[in-house]
Amino acid sequence: MFEVFTLLADWAAYRLLGLTPATKLADAVHFFVEDTSKIFVLLAVIVFVMGLFRTLLSPEKVRGYIEGRSRGVGYGLAAVLGAVTPFCSCSSVPLFIGFLEGGIPVGVTMVFLITSPLVNEVAVVILASIMGWKLTAIYVATGMGIGIVGGVLIDRLRMERYVEDYVWKIRMGAVVRTETDTSLSGRIRYAWGEVTDIVGRIWLYVIVGIAIGAALHGYVPQELFTEYASADNPFAVPVAVLMGLPLYSNATGVIPVAEALLAKAVPIGTVIAFMMSVVAISPPEFIMLRKVLKLQMLAFFGGFLTIAFVLVGYLLNILFT
Amino acid sequence: MKIVKVLGSGCKNCVTTAKLIEEKAAALGVAVQVEKVTDIAAIMGYGVMSTPGVVVDEKVVHAGGIPKPEAIAKWLAA
Repeated sequence: MFEVFTLLADWAAYRLLGLTPATKLADAVHFFVEDTSKIFVLLAVIVFVMGLFRTLLSPEKVRGYIEGRSRGVGYGLAAVLGAVTPFCSCSSVPLFIGFLEGGIPVGVTMVFLITSPLVNEVAVVILASIMGWKLTAIYVATGMGIGIVGGVLIDRLRMERYVEDYVWKIRMGAVVRTETDTSLSGRIRYAWGEVTDIVGRIWLYVIVGIAIGAALHGYVPQELFTEYASADNPFAVPVAVLMGLPLYSNATGVIPVAEALLAKAVPIGTVIAFMMSVVAISPPEFIMLRKVLKLQMLAFFGGFLTIAFVLVGYLLNILFT
Repeated sequence: MKIVKVLGSGCKNCVTTAKLIEEKAAALGVAVQVEKVTDIAAIMGYGVMSTPGVVVDEKVVHAGGIPKPEAIAKWLAA
């Protein structure tokens, strides 16, 4: 099904540009063309299809689904809904306050906020098309697992103390259902709008990710990775996570980089730890959350994710090598 | 004159939304006053959780994402 993109890349690299196969430049160009075409086509298709059903899922609806559930159900539900509900990260703050206002525990809310960037349907399909279902399943299970553990800990440690006081005083108006056009043509128009909106928002991350992946693929010798990033090196995983902390990319953008790393025989745990660190933790997100969380909780949040990613990296390296 | 409020933290989508509404109003010849509301308590007061949100004459007409041009035209015409 995806051979067409490989054929296109063959044609572009060897015919159109006349490059000799198996040279550095040819490898890099091939990687770039194949991934760019594949990722953007998949991205557009998935976002469009999800857009058709989008009226079913919005943060407001999610709040309604989780509201009034027991904590146990809440954690699981928040992780699953976090994975499939898109929201712009600039909505993190109102979303956080809105969930708390609805009586949803802080931990359950944080499960949603952790899982949402880590796991999403676009990344899942692209990950599966490039790296296979097994690795994708591991990634999804890990992402949701980390979100749930983080949320449970936040509640257990009574971290609601560390939510800024003004948050509890905000009185939210009744959530309004804005009018949506649910006819077929309305849905199609909406879905198409989603495609232009989302592609417009993340294309640069994706291109940069592919370019880095292509450069790694073509120009960085495998020996460099086998020497420093093999499973034998106990520092490889924490270093990968620390390197990912200040970097930020959308989940889709980091996939080509991960693909190139895996092809260079970097162990799977190290790669997944790096991916998650890039996607889940970023300075802008923290600055935003500082508006609602006191420093203690923010430090816990960052520290927990960092440690969790490192542990997951070690665990997967042990399990799969 | 219609009072349009764009609710949002000041992110790029909110700025774009405000600009789109101003342009559409100018194109349709409707007199509007577009205000940006960035105070989180005020935003929540309107019951909006996903930004940008749009309020026309104190009625919430939109929440989450950049609104479509046809939708903007409809609010301005109403």
